[in-house]
Amino acid sequence: MKNTRGIVIGLIAIAFTAVFFLVPFAFIFIIASKDVASANLLEFSWPEQFQLFENLKQALQARDYLLVIAFINSFILTIASVTGLVIFSALAAYIWQRRPSRLNPVISILVLAGLIVPPAVVPTIWVLQKIGLFKTMPGLILIEIAFGIPFCILLFRAFMSTVPRELDEAAIVDGAGPLQVFFRVIFPVLRSVIMTVIILQSVFVYNDFANPLYFLPGTQNATVQLTLFNYKSQFTTQYNLLFANILLVVIPALVMFIFFNRKIVEGMAAGSVKG
Amino acid sequence: MASTLGTAQAPPVAPVTRGETGRARGRRGGSYPYWFYLPAAVIFTVFFLIPTIASFYFSFTRWDLFTSTWIGLDNYKTFFEEQALVIGLRNTLIYATMTAGLKVVIGLLLAVLLTSKIIARGYLRSVIFFPVLVSTIGVGLTFTALMNPELGLINKALAVIGITGPDWLVDPQLAIFSIALVDVWAGVGLATVIFIAGIVSIPSDYYEAAQVDGASRFYSFLHITLPLARPAVATVVTLALIGGLRSFDLIWAMTGGGPGFASDTIGSVIYKQYQAGFYGLSTAGSVVLFLLVSAIIVPLTWWLNRHEVD
Repeated sequence: MKNTRGIVIGLIAIAFTAVFFLVPFAFIFIIASKDVASANLLEFSWPEQFQLFENLKQALQARDYLLVIAFINSFILTIASVTGLVIFSALAAYIWQRRPSRLNPVISILVLAGLIVPPAVVPTIWVLQKIGLFKTMPGLILIEIAFGIPFCILLFRAFMSTVPRELDEAAIVDGAGPLQVFFRVIFPVLRSVIMTVIILQSVFVYNDFANPLYFLPGTQNATVQLTLFNYKSQFTTQYNLLFANILLVVIPALVMFIFFNRKIVEGMAAGSVKG
Repeated sequence: MASTLGTAQAPPVAPVTRGETGRARGRRGGSYPYWFYLPAAVIFTVFFLIPTIASFYFSFTRWDLFTSTWIGLDNYKTFFEEQALVIGLRNTLIYATMTAGLKVVIGLLLAVLLTSKIIARGYLRSVIFFPVLVSTIGVGLTFTALMNPELGLINKALAVIGITGPDWLVDPQLAIFSIALVDVWAGVGLATVIFIAGIVSIPSDYYEAAQVDGASRFYSFLHITLPLARPAVATVVTLALIGGLRSFDLIWAMTGGGPGFASDTIGSVIYKQYQAGFYGLSTAGSVVLFLLVSAIIVPLTWWLNRHEVD
């Protein structure tokens, strides 16, 4: 009897989520599969002429393969930023957790500020310009690292406190230098939290729109989020291509989710509670 | 120094660290060197702290990135006097409170549902959570199409049940609320999983005891779940408010602040003024946002944490 109740409520919930959450994604897929004329009617109906693959191809080829370039840019940005974030945050969190000092309260405040305070856009551009990194990929990578560090340090620190001190002390007694202790002993133990940081930050950086918009303008530099936005005006008469574009941009997130569902959900819940 | 020497004294070990005076002085310090902070500290200082501090100065100037002229409070006056910018301020507050409130209420309901004994919990959780990972721009463009007054699926569906749908994004009075709804759609999954984590950590004894005493489900929710999930509520409220106050991406993708400037927020005003070349004014916007976020989040966090201790 209890079970019937569970089944009935479950079925109602499934129906609700289908309407509210699956239909929008189905809509993207359907419009991306239509020909121009019927796509522009924005109807939620099965395409009379299914041409998803031609549309995807056309979206990729548009404006001299701009979307392909954008994917390359996005991947470079994501990989470089996430690598920097993992190494620099882990190094800082290691000292923060292991070596209590008068710096600790200062760091806590800075981390908190980094999580709460919205970045000041134009002064950041001013700094980038002063050091010659405005409108460059390295500049944007450093920005993504700077904005992501507080969150990552917190995640690493929380995990670091579960790693027994005996581990590093044994290595120190064996005569290992600080870098050796960190990279040979500590870093491998952090594997699970490193995975969490990599997955979460990849999603954040890949989906980031505002920072590339401000700090890396220029068509050839565009990341996929920017191309998507720029196509908005270009494709208002070609909804099939616009949605083919959306579909292509969403796919990496979907792939991540299929593989790392658990890790992402747990990481986000844990990370936000610590933040 | 003397105390450091004292701890490092355990004599037989000292020679192992190759007898260097620096090393021997503080074995602990030497093994956890401060320079490990350096990369993070430099990047964070140069690209976050310096711009943040500089923003206070530049917000009082007329500025073209190369030369700045001090103009006192003029930028702030403009910000609080010009109709277009005042609307941005108002919208930011509406947007933040509305998204935070809805995410808490809907997220909590979904979390209770997904921790009860129903079928397909894993599937439901995944479906609700997935939009969190999808590009905001993609979500924004999709819903712009769905909310199209004549052609959009939402109004067509409403027409089927006899309701004339509103002009979601076209109606100046409504635009900001429509965008907020989409924000809730995309973000409620995160709130839900945070609440689920909070609810799961409540010991089941409490519920069993309540059941023995003949408490209803609703009573248990009100007197067990709600108070004990309080830290999760605090987290969701804080996160949603920070996100809502900063909001820019979704608004920019859906209406660009329009129609006119009806759905502008501080975030979009900062961008518009930057585009127009009013760098000082744009920076004043950043400072206003900074102060607004601090004025709301800092006391709120303090208050929420204080109650946690009680």
